[in-house]
Order: sequence, then structure tokens, then C-alpha cells
Amino acid sequence: MAGSNPNAKPMDLTLKIWRQKDRNTAGQLVTYPLKNISPDMSFLEMLDVLNEELLVRGEEPVAFDHDCREGICGMCSLFINGRAHGPERGTTTCQLHMRHFNHGDTITIEPWRAAAFPVHKDLIVDRSAFDRIQQAGGYVSVNTGGVPDANEIPIPKTIADKAFDAATCIGCGACVAACKNASAMLFVSAKVSQLAMLPQGKVEAKTRAENMVAQMDVEGFGACSNTGACAAECPVGISLDNIAMLNREYLGAKASSENV
Amino acid sequence: MILDSKIPEGALAEKWDKHKFNVKLVNPANKRKYDIIVVGTGLAGASAAATLGELGYNVKAFCFQDSPRRAHSIAAQGGINAAKNYQNDGDSIFRLFYDTIKGGDYRAREANVYRLAQVSVNIIDQCVAQGVPFAREYGGLLANRSFGGAQVSRTFYARGQTGQQLLLGAYSALNRQIAYGKVKMYPRTEMLDLVMVDGKARGIVVRNLITGKIESHSAHAVVLATGGYGNVFFLSTNAMGSNATAAWRAHKKGALFANPCFTQIHPTCIPVSGEYQSKLTLMSESLRNDGRVWVPKTVEIAQRLRKGEITVNDIKEEDRDYYLERKYPAFGNLVPRDVASRNAKLMCDEGRGVGASGLAVYLDFADAIRREGQPAIAAKYGNLFDMYAKITDENPYEKPMRIYPAVHYTMGGLWVDYNLMTNIPGLYATGECNFSDHGANRLGASALMQGLADGYFVIPYTIGDYLAQTPYDKVSVDHPAFKEAEQNVKATTDRLLAIKGNRTVDDFHKALGLLMWDYCGMARNAEGLQFAKHEIRKLRDEFWQNVKVTGVNEELNQTLEKAHRVADFLELGELMVDDALNRNESCGGHFREEYQTPENEALRDDENYAYVAAWEFTGVGNEPVLHKEELKFENVKLTQRSYK
Repeated sequence: MAGSNPNAKPMDLTLKIWRQKDRNTAGQLVTYPLKNISPDMSFLEMLDVLNEELLVRGEEPVAFDHDCREGICGMCSLFINGRAHGPERGTTTCQLHMRHFNHGDTITIEPWRAAAFPVHKDLIVDRSAFDRIQQAGGYVSVNTGGVPDANEIPIPKTIADKAFDAATCIGCGACVAACKNASAMLFVSAKVSQLAMLPQGKVEAKTRAENMVAQMDVEGFGACSNTGACAAECPVGISLDNIAMLNREYLGAKASSENV
Repeated sequence: MILDSKIPEGALAEKWDKHKFNVKLVNPANKRKYDIIVVGTGLAGASAAATLGELGYNVKAFCFQDSPRRAHSIAAQGGINAAKNYQNDGDSIFRLFYDTIKGGDYRAREANVYRLAQVSVNIIDQCVAQGVPFAREYGGLLANRSFGGAQVSRTFYARGQTGQQLLLGAYSALNRQIAYGKVKMYPRTEMLDLVMVDGKARGIVVRNLITGKIESHSAHAVVLATGGYGNVFFLSTNAMGSNATAAWRAHKKGALFANPCFTQIHPTCIPVSGEYQSKLTLMSESLRNDGRVWVPKTVEIAQRLRKGEITVNDIKEEDRDYYLERKYPAFGNLVPRDVASRNAKLMCDEGRGVGASGLAVYLDFADAIRREGQPAIAAKYGNLFDMYAKITDENPYEKPMRIYPAVHYTMGGLWVDYNLMTNIPGLYATGECNFSDHGANRLGASALMQGLADGYFVIPYTIGDYLAQTPYDKVSVDHPAFKEAEQNVKATTDRLLAIKGNRTVDDFHKALGLLMWDYCGMARNAEGLQFAKHEIRKLRDEFWQNVKVTGVNEELNQTLEKAHRVADFLELGELMVDDALNRNESCGGHFREEYQTPENEALRDDENYAYVAAWEFTGVGNEPVLHKEELKFENVKLTQRSYK
């Protein structure tokens, strides 16, 4: 077939995968040998192959979250050999290809580990805390209709581009998984700074920062200690600058809080 | 059954405004007495749920993903069309309408398409107000680019991630209503049946994908915004979870399914690389703005290339055939998707395809990089180039991309009238889930437009008209109709789990996909379709005797989820074949080899087939009944579509 590297040899691997029946049952790493894996496969396709083998043997396949397999929906996760989304920088697990591994490798695959992300089953965790943080203020309060013409508010291209960079967060949770404190600051800051930079979002910037941070604390995410692991592991390159901006917005908001 | 499209009287440009005035309204204080179910939280669903919540209705929204933000609209890359004419290049509502009708090869409803073009301008305003970071010019105003099938620049975009930004905008509006308590959100919940009481849609039965619990939800109206059915083909650009189950089970309860054979094969996707392939990845159509499509001029050169005797950069300029520019000088590389796909297939069928399999053509940026410099090209398409490099391990800045068509979008869907209501009272279908706006071929950047048009600006008006005539009384989920539907869902689930056969769900799905691709894909003929129908029936019979589903219902069971979806695909696939067999013409994405012009273009038969084919379900394995909605064209002249 039209693989990119027709000479690449198939490889044999040893997988150590976290298996956990449900939220209330203890889990453990289980070892699975897997043979004949093409380097052109994606990591999730490699797991598909494993699951088909397990099914044929009558064993229960490994549950893992995935959907678009294009690196944009944020549904896939996986802690691979101690790294969120695996060894490649700027890459989601679904876009990670097996050519980055070698014949004979042992690969350890775990779910995101964070108190705020309880395990549903195997490698699937509950990230609904992220939705609740967004519900606490991650929006501009406009109803449908009755808005001005789109070109009525010019926005400098540099600002629009910066807002876009923050807006590309896919909500996968890698930042939380990578952080030793399981902090969600990078995730929260991406939305807060996207909207704070734009004139449309400026109006509610203060209450937004306060409310989203408050919800983040309620959900049980840890504190930020500025190690930068989150940004280093973020598959879409959300910058630490956003955390600085969130801190600024938050302090400013607290100094003149309207939420008292 | 007579299909009444309920198109309002009057001049085309006045229909929607008049209709908005004529529809009945629900008093603001009474809106809270009505419950609405919205299934699916992509652009069409999230925008509808948010807007209906803002209006004051009680909304329940459902999605199978872990969050509404994951819906597959998020993966749309290139852009969203709107007739803003910000570029002063001759765009207008009528031109967008005309391009869309023509692009759809005259198989869409004029009135719906005109309304779509009208509200397109409001969508951009709405999204900007939400903080969607569209691309801008240095002066601070919005930027546009051009897309296939149009000669104006009317596409608004956010780099190659327009769908993501628009969906996150709609998701934020939805979140606001969830926070207000006007929308109750049910993630990881899949609709498995529609419930009807007294002939009206009154609720749904769902499965909680974490616990397996089967639950009923009652409402005064149900909106299906569940996307398309491209995953019938197994390999497509759709997300792995995209499925037809909600729409199909509504069809089995009586909702007509229209034009199921109208599927869009997108011309620029990364080619298949192996047997293990789980999905195909799109490279945005916007790339055709700067990329030039070509294959080697002769079969001989192509063969040497495939054998590895020469590399692409050894092929001289005069030995390259820029076949789209040659055949379609007016539109060049920006011909509509169906035309581009068909020509790629023609080139490969001639033996001039590239890549080891010969099933690929080149999309080459060398000229654009020479003209504008690599940084300018990277600014426009950087994320797409990166994605290509990650998947193929090749650098598209140095070597042309290899691309091949792949299943991308389905124009067919549940039949709806002008109000987006199916033939079942109280059941609506919006976005890709319905059939209404794209005819036989959708133009690029029009799916996002339709999803948001339906959700933000159409359904909020039209659903009010229905509810204003519906009593406030709620139906209890203890009603026998709910209990019966729950029992049916449980029975189907038990049956799937009890088979304990030898063949996996994916294996059946792949076999179905291959049949559909070979016989009901880019080119179809009567003989092949008849063969496919026979084979699909055989495969379906085997599925119900030999499928292997492990585990139990009362747990998170991804194999069981897939089994439900593939069971439906095995029925829907046959209907697609039936529809393709019935339509003895070629139009848009439906190319019947028997009906083509001497230049291999689609040959329509307007006299006999200018109708919507809406199919009624009569039982699995029984022949469906065809209902026709004649299409009347009063504002455009039907011509042989030409992009030359």
C-alpha cells in the first residue's frame, strides 16, 4: 500500500495497560504482547489491533476515549510512558504514529491521573469538571440575534491572532495530567485570556476570571506552581503567557470585585 | 402520503420574512411550559439548544461524546460561507443562492437554499459577537478566501480550524444556558429510539453509556441534529463515533429518509496506507486555492514513479498534467468537490495515479511557495501541512502532497419541510441530519453555514409555530408508548449480546464499507448496485447470527455501542443502494456510469428525476416505498452544469 515508509519493518511490542472495571474497583497494569505492528499505524490504530485480538480471544477489549482521530476534538487522552499524549511534542495521541517507537519496546499506557478526573473504566476518565468550569463563565453573554454587524468592531490582527492562539485549546486535559499538582490553570487561562483580549469579551472579563477560577477550585484541581509542565505537554501549544494573563485578570478582578 | 414541503407563497426573496410574520408565536411567559429535546451538540444542535434556551423553553440536550464540545463539527477546517460581500467582488444573497443551487446540481429546494443564503450574513455577526476569532486583515476587519464552486471570496475562516472555533462559540452559548438552568445537558448518552404518542414525536429512549441504564425522556418536540451517515463506508473523514442510529431509528418509526444515495466524496484526503486504517483525514479544500493538482502525463512515467525508479521531483514540468486547469480553465483547481473527485478517479483509472498503490494524485504547492514564500503559505495552511507531515512522515513544503478522494459528507438525510419538520409532527431534523439544502453535492464551507443557520435562525421560529398549536400537557415517561420503546431497545441489546458469534463488529463494518465504496461510491452502475444489495442482505443476516459482542449492558461497553450503530448501518446501506438504483441519472455526487456526457460529466435527467426521493420504511428486508417531492425551479434555469 501507499505507506510513507514502505521499507519500515513491522515491530513487536509489549504493552502494559491500566485495566480498571469501573470507578469503584481498584485497577492494575496488565501486560499484553503485540506483534507485527506497522510503523505507519497511529497509536490508536495499534490499540484497535490489540482490541480485535482480545475480542477474537473472547477477552474484554481495552476501553479508551477517541473520536475525530484528527487531533482536534480533544476526546483522546492516554498517559504513554509517563507522558501525556506520548513522546512527540505538539501531538495528540490520535496523531502519534508508531514510527516513533522501536521493535522490542515496552509501552506503558495509563489514564490521566487527577483527583478531578475519576476513572470511568480502563483508560477513560470523567472530564466533566472542564465543562462545569466553562459553564461558570467561559462565554460572552449575548443572545442570538440583535448583534452588530461583524465588521463594526475592528480588531487589530495581532490581537485577533493572539486570541485565536488561546482559543485553540482542545480541552483534552493533558495539562492537568502533566502537572504534579493536577492544576487546570492552563485550561482555564486559555479561555479567560481569549475573551479578555477581545473587545466582545472585555465587558465581563472580571467576573469571568473570578467565577471560572472559583469553579476550578470547587472541582478539586490543584494549585499552579509555575513549573510549565502543562505548556510543555500541551498538544496544541497553549502558551504559559495565558496563565500570566489569567493571574493579572484575576488579581485585578479581586481588587475591585463585583462578586461580593 | 402526500409530501407537503410547506413552501410559503410569494416571491423568493420575500418568502422567509413573510413566513416569520405568519408563524404563530408562543408568549414569553408560556415558553417555559414547553419541553424540547435536542439530540446532538454539533453546530446545528448546540446552536439550537442554546437559542431555544435563551427564548425560554426547557431544553434537554444529548450527546454520545463526553462533552458537547467534541461533536464532529469541530473537525471542519476550511471555513463558512456568507453573502456579506465584504470584498466588493460581486457577491450577493442571490449569488450565494445561485451557486448553492447550481453546485447541488439542481436537486435542492429553491426556497430553503434562498433562506440559507439570507441568514448566512447573520451567522457571521452572531459568531463575532460571541468572540469567535475569525481571521482578520491588518486593518482589523474580517478576511475572506475563496472556495470551490464560487468565483467570489465569501468564505470566513479561522486558520484551518473554522469548525472548532464556531463550535466552541456555540458551545459557549450552550454553556451559558446550562448555567442558567434552561438547558439540561446529558453527555455520554445515546438516543436509541424515538417515542411517538398519538402520531406525534413526544420523546426519546436513551442509553447511559457509563452505566448502560435505559432511560426515557419526554418532551413536546424532538430535534435531531445528529449529523450525517458517512460512516456507513467505515472509512470516511467522519469521527469514529459519528453514526446514523438516531436518524435511522426515527426512520423506522415513520420519518421518511430523503436522497440517501447523495453522498459527498471529498477530493483532497490523505490516501489509505494500510489494512489497519481506521479513518481518513481530510486536507481542507482551501488548499486548492494555492495547490495545483496534477498527475504524470503518461502511464509510463507513473509506473516508473510507483516502482521507485524516479521521484516526483524528477518529473519535468512538460511531463506533468495539471488536468483540472486543462479541463476546466474557468474554475481550474477550484471546481466543485464532485467534479474534482471524479477526475482524480479518472486519472487513477487511466493508470496515471501516484503513490505505491497508484490511488493518489499530487497537490503541489511549489509554485505558491515560489510566488509568496514559505512563511506566507505556512501562515495560511500551517496546521494542515503539519497534520499531513505527522500522518505521512513527508514534508509537503518539499514534496507535493499525495491526495485521494474519501467519503466526507452526506447530502441525504431525514426529509423535512420548509419548517425543518419531518413528516412526523413534532420531529425536526437540522444540519447534516436533514436533506434539504445541498441537493446532490454540497459546496465547500456550506455545511457550517447550514448547521448554524438551522440552529440559530430557523428552528427557533419554526418550532414556535408548532408548539403554539400544541397543548401544554406533558406525557409521562410511564406512558405505554415509552415502556414499549424501552422494551424494544432492551430486546435489541439482549439479542446483540446473546449471539456470541465469531466475527467482530468492526469486521462486519469494514466488509459493509468496502461493498459501499466499490459499488455505491464515486461511480455506480445498475449491475454493481444490484450485486451490492444482495451482498448487504447476506452480510446483515450473518451479522445477526455471528457477531461477537462481549460484556454486558450494565457497564461502559464500547463494543455494544458499536454493534447498535453497525446494525443500523447494515440497513441504511441497503436503502442507499436502493436509492442509487432508482435514480437513473447522474447528478452531483451520484454518478451512474450509464448516464454521462461524452466528456464524462454527470448527465442529469430533469424531465424524470427533478424530484426528492423520500423513502418510507416498511420493515427490514422489505422493499421501501418511494414518495416523490417534485422540485420546482422558478428562479434559476436548469442547465448542464459547466465549470469550463
